[in-house]
Amino acid sequence: MTRRPRVALATTLLLLTAVIALPLVFMLSTSFKSPQEANALTFSLLPEAPTLSAYREILTDPQIPVLRWLGNSLLTAVLHSALVVVLATTAAYALARMEFRFKRTLFVLVIATMFVPGIIFLIPHFLIVNELGWLNSYASLVVPSAAGAFGVFFLRQFFLGIHGSLEEAAIVDGCNQWGVFWRIMVPLARPAIATLAVLAFLTSWNDFLWPVFVLFSTDMLTLPAGLAQLQNENTTRFDLLMAGGVIASVPVLAVYVLAQRYIIEGVSQGGVKG
Amino acid sequence: MTTTSIAVPRSDVRPAARPAWTLRGRPWTPYAFLAPFFLLFAVFVVVPIGLGLWASLHRWSLGLPHQPFIGVENYADLFTGESVLSVEFWKGMRVTAIFTVASAPLLVVLPFALALLLNRRFPGRTFFRAVFFAPYVLGVAVVGLLWNYLLDRQLGPVNQLLGIDVAWTTSLPAGWVGLVVATVWWTLGFNTVIYLAALGDVPAELYDAAKVDGAGPWQRLWAVTVPGVKRVLQFVVMITIIASANMYGQSALITREQPGTSTRTAIGFIADTGIAGFDIGSASAMSMILAAALMGVSALVYLLFRKVGGNE
Repeated sequence: MTRRPRVALATTLLLLTAVIALPLVFMLSTSFKSPQEANALTFSLLPEAPTLSAYREILTDPQIPVLRWLGNSLLTAVLHSALVVVLATTAAYALARMEFRFKRTLFVLVIATMFVPGIIFLIPHFLIVNELGWLNSYASLVVPSAAGAFGVFFLRQFFLGIHGSLEEAAIVDGCNQWGVFWRIMVPLARPAIATLAVLAFLTSWNDFLWPVFVLFSTDMLTLPAGLAQLQNENTTRFDLLMAGGVIASVPVLAVYVLAQRYIIEGVSQGGVKG
Repeated sequence: MTTTSIAVPRSDVRPAARPAWTLRGRPWTPYAFLAPFFLLFAVFVVVPIGLGLWASLHRWSLGLPHQPFIGVENYADLFTGESVLSVEFWKGMRVTAIFTVASAPLLVVLPFALALLLNRRFPGRTFFRAVFFAPYVLGVAVVGLLWNYLLDRQLGPVNQLLGIDVAWTTSLPAGWVGLVVATVWWTLGFNTVIYLAALGDVPAELYDAAKVDGAGPWQRLWAVTVPGVKRVLQFVVMITIIASANMYGQSALITREQPGTSTRTAIGFIADTGIAGFDIGSASAMSMILAAALMGVSALVYLLFRKVGGNE
């Protein structure tokens, strides 16, 4: 690259970075403002008298159990992610490396459901969850979307690429099928499994419509559903709402910083879709 | 080079040529591996597809003892456009369509441009990629609250800093601008990351060859880059349309469906009708109509790409 394009590129990228970052800076800044300052008709980028009042209120008001919501979100996202990984790993392994009747049919059936628009599942999932007595429960968040086609498709690709001689060696050494799976295949697939786990965690953590509609007691809400309720009850308390936004952002940004490689890797391969 | 080829031991042992040792496993072993997934797959994927269709053919209000079969009456009611339900549903479909038409092209083109920018060797490349992707991980709830604040008519920084008075969250067409801008900010990095992976796979020799043939940057873009990422481009167009058509959170939190319910999307109305309003039959019929529309659009995109893309 010659000099001029390089300067242009750097300028463009820095400008874009500012555009991406500025809204987050506003959120952080307003979360440290007093209710009066957040309601002022003149906006200041930095709080004139920084205060923790919004955080104090949101963390102590029993009507806004934000830490409980955080716990609910964390617990259900971890359980959902674990369930996705267990189901997808076992099924993908069998579909990739075992012989049995209807193998192709089963695989085609799973892949075909990838083309079914998600809206088809909304009302039936509600009916089934209602029938199982799972409304307003953790199970309603963990289970219904756990058996998705993507995980099986994604891991099957990975298992197909593993060299067969490893299996043979293990069998010769006296491993049974379970041993091959658990001692050889799962360790080899760890990066792919980690990618799937992180994507499933994020999908669950960020899920919005479903928890808003199937959870109804304040104590059971996830963070997204809780934030929606907080907004309904305090439409213009922007200090409070931004503090809630910051509290909800910190854990997920931490996960992003730690697992960025897996997230971007997964998305590159067509990982999550809204 | 001689042609006496000693067969290079090819390492890809295809599953088709199974060695005999696999037979040693017990015959039910595969099914033990498959059972957990397929049990949940049956209950939460296969059954719902049938159940949704079945429910759409019945008058079914949750809590009432009977669900009489009424054929296509739910559909007919929606298509005649006379009931309040029908009017509201098509209003929601219109909102979904407007939002999709307004947002999808931007979400296809802007990330492509950004990916082209990032698809060069320079220090900090992965850093910028990570920054542009970051808003996506925040989720729609945080993004919704944030933009509802940023765009607030009186207290929001956007109006205050620009010294203007636009009701971004409570009037139209400003509301569309707000919803689209917030969505672009939120998901820009998602498609960018997909494009970047594809751009990396376009062979460098093709660019060199094009250069030798005297092709300028624009010609190289249209003759090498775009054909090289055609399949991924098609994938991105599809998932972007689907994601836009599934929009719910932005209109629930940013415009709060205002003015009135003018920015309530189809999916929002379906959830209101079926889950909050217990009208399972109508909501199921609406879901089917929305799904059919989406599949129609997907098929159209597919055909369009095949026509434009030519020989494949």
